[in-house]
Amino acid sequence: MLFYLTLLLSCQLAGELAVAAAGLPVPGPVCGMALLFAALLVFGLPEELAQLGEALLSNLSLLFVPAGVGVMLHARLMAQDWLPIAAALIISTLATVAVTALLMHVAGPSPEPEERQSEER
Amino acid sequence: MRGLRDIWVYLAASPLLHLTLTLAAYQAGYWLYRRAGLNPLLNPVLCAVALIVALLAGTGTAYETYFEGAQFVHFLLGPATVALAIPLYRQLQAVRRSAAAIIASVLTGSITASLTAAGIAWTLGASRETIVSIAPKSVTAPVAMGISEQLGGLPSLTAVLVILTGILGAMLGPPLMTLMGVKNWAARGLAMGTASHGIGTARALQVNEVAGAFSGLAMGLNALATALLLPLLWRLLF
Repeated sequence: MLFYLTLLLSCQLAGELAVAAAGLPVPGPVCGMALLFAALLVFGLPEELAQLGEALLSNLSLLFVPAGVGVMLHARLMAQDWLPIAAALIISTLATVAVTALLMHVAGPSPEPEERQSEER
Repeated sequence: MRGLRDIWVYLAASPLLHLTLTLAAYQAGYWLYRRAGLNPLLNPVLCAVALIVALLAGTGTAYETYFEGAQFVHFLLGPATVALAIPLYRQLQAVRRSAAAIIASVLTGSITASLTAAGIAWTLGASRETIVSIAPKSVTAPVAMGISEQLGGLPSLTAVLVILTGILGAMLGPPLMTLMGVKNWAARGLAMGTASHGIGTARALQVNEVAGAFSGLAMGLNALATALLLPLLWRLLF
């Protein structure tokens, strides 16, 4: 477990270094995700790494709480522009979900046979 | 009473109190969410944030003091983002089969997200700072903050708008797609990741592994697309 935790952190560190060195427009952890993905393609997925990933990702929502509490820092500006902010966030988020889902629904391949069966049921 | 106050002063200064508060508030939010039959409107992140903000405001605690404890949770975002490669690897076949559709959908979604957000804020008379800060709102926080800074926005305001977008997407996205009749897990995940980054991905992972993998992929692709396209679009439009 410790070995794979080190591996995750090493991928992130390598990602941060690559981003800083090459001036890439993505954050280090996203670059680290690409690096780990490349490593999985070469070496396959060990069971212990799968378990560690499961532990981290099953509580992914929790990790956004500290940044979310930062809302208290901008209370004044948000109170001043509350209507444009609320309208832009709600309408734009709904539009983005609708456009992306519809396009993928139409252009993507048809669902797997077992998926189709479960939909019919 | 003096003893009790000394204990409070000691605890309030140590990271332990606010770290515990973060975990407890999230679990309270998650408990409510489960009690309500996984109703997306009772988003656990939203409940936890509301509870913590109320407690901090009530005790007169500064965000910086809170973050000294909460940073240990915040730090795990990095390795967790790296770990998103695992569900992606497991869905390799499905991703490879629909690569062209994925790229077209995420690109269109990415442009829709920034243009509608900036356009609506501008139409309703928001300040310039707000318009610039809201444009990259669907992108994962670190990238969105970088884009906002590059275009002359407020990175810390962008971070907050990004989190709010994530919560809204997790709350409203699934009911909207059900209403539209989109049942395909790949399409549902891709839309969640494009519109509401990591928070949408977290929500997608709770429901279905295929949706989670496509959502994580969409989050990464949207970060890349917006970082490359938004500065160009901005120069053309303003």
